[in-house]
Amino acid sequence: MNIPKDLYYTETHEWVRIEDGFAYIGITDYAQDSLGEIVFIELPEENDQVTQFSEFAAIESVKAASDINAPLSGVVVTVNEELEDNPELLNEDPYENWIMKIEIEDKLELNKLLNAEEYAEVCE
Amino acid sequence: MKRTVLYDTHVELGAKMVDFAGYLMPLVYSSITEEHQAVRQEAGLFDVSHMGEIRIVGSEASDLVDMLFTNNTRAMTANQVLYGMFCTPEGGVVDDLLVYKVNDQNFLLVVNAANIEKDLAWIHAHNTYDAHVLDESEQTSECALQGPKAQAMLQKTTSYDLDTLKFFTFEEMEILGQPCLVSRTGYTGEDGFEIYGSHETIHLIFETLLADHPTLKPCGLGCRDTLRFEVALPLYGHELSKTITPIEAGLGFAVSFAKKDFIGREALLKQKESKPTRRIVGLELLEKGVLREGYEVYANDALVGHVTTGYLSPSTGLSVAMALIDKPHDKKDTLLEVAIRKKRVKVKVRNKKFYEKHYNK
Repeated sequence: MNIPKDLYYTETHEWVRIEDGFAYIGITDYAQDSLGEIVFIELPEENDQVTQFSEFAAIESVKAASDINAPLSGVVVTVNEELEDNPELLNEDPYENWIMKIEIEDKLELNKLLNAEEYAEVCE
Repeated sequence: MKRTVLYDTHVELGAKMVDFAGYLMPLVYSSITEEHQAVRQEAGLFDVSHMGEIRIVGSEASDLVDMLFTNNTRAMTANQVLYGMFCTPEGGVVDDLLVYKVNDQNFLLVVNAANIEKDLAWIHAHNTYDAHVLDESEQTSECALQGPKAQAMLQKTTSYDLDTLKFFTFEEMEILGQPCLVSRTGYTGEDGFEIYGSHETIHLIFETLLADHPTLKPCGLGCRDTLRFEVALPLYGHELSKTITPIEAGLGFAVSFAKKDFIGREALLKQKESKPTRRIVGLELLEKGVLREGYEVYANDALVGHVTTGYLSPSTGLSVAMALIDKPHDKKDTLLEVAIRKKRVKVKVRNKKFYEKHYNK
């Protein structure tokens, strides 16, 4: 299972990458593998307010629908619209293909997230 | 948790294992879509050893089966297979099953894994006949070889001429030199066979078929469901249940009113004559998304039904569902709405056969 060292994680299998003061958010390798083939993603909209550990998007695999939770609170700056037509990109490279970029509301929320080592234990 | 004889084989093949009716069963080996397409275009091999096998024998075996089963077993010839249900006096479904007639005094009933205990209790409770009920589930394994290439693959393992095995009939034959019961039946909408035998025999057949045919894919429960769904075959607990009758499910063909008596006859006949107030229809989603079991269906703001099974259909690419819809909203081309999470999406009522069956009749 691929768990990059430089990301923050949630127990519900989302990741966060901090870049230029923004947070890029996606699902982990473990998540895409458990879901199986992803066929559709219901993306949030720009300017949507998302809340830490609350659902912000839904992913449909062949088998079922799953909620995706926001690892941090904030306002959506950009969504990765490429996923609308090519949701399978999340299976192919879940770390390269982020789902949304948000403006971070409260950096202290990062303290509630897991590092790679802690997240690896969740996946065991 | 129970394991079938093929458990280690599934794990070696890299299957994702899930709990299904108390058994650890393969959900998917490679991908549901790949396995689905293999069955539609070439062939797929399923472990269905979790299914229940109940034998009814005795001088009045035929009377017992006929009283319990909705379809007409009296009209069956030996070596025929017939689909139907056990119903309650109210017309609800105890289980749907296949009846294999060996002769008037010997029937094999193949039932859903989750319902084995319930079915046995139901049969025993109504057995006022000279008939013995034997649960053969534990000593029987089963695999299903399905798809347009199924016959060619199976023919290499037997001297029995499979051309003579007609749709919904069965024969005792040797496969790889081992005694088996083979029927031309399945749950995919494709031509194919269901093979019953001892644990060792099914293990041997499963591994040999896979080793001999590189294009044959092991297939999990994931594609078993998408395959049966596309051709509108019902799944107990979804399109049929204790509260959904075969008439509502559109399975009137499996209920024989020509029979003078069977449990549920009166209620079902009444429902058929007065027309059911709801029925299972097809829905097609007119926007993006996937319809899932349990989602509510609305006509304007009135709740008129719920989705029973839904998928982005692998063979057609359509986002479709089967749903139980109140009349008169069940008419073809009626526009309805389905609640998906926080929003409503537009759907159109359509025929529930999303994909044409390719049986060898």
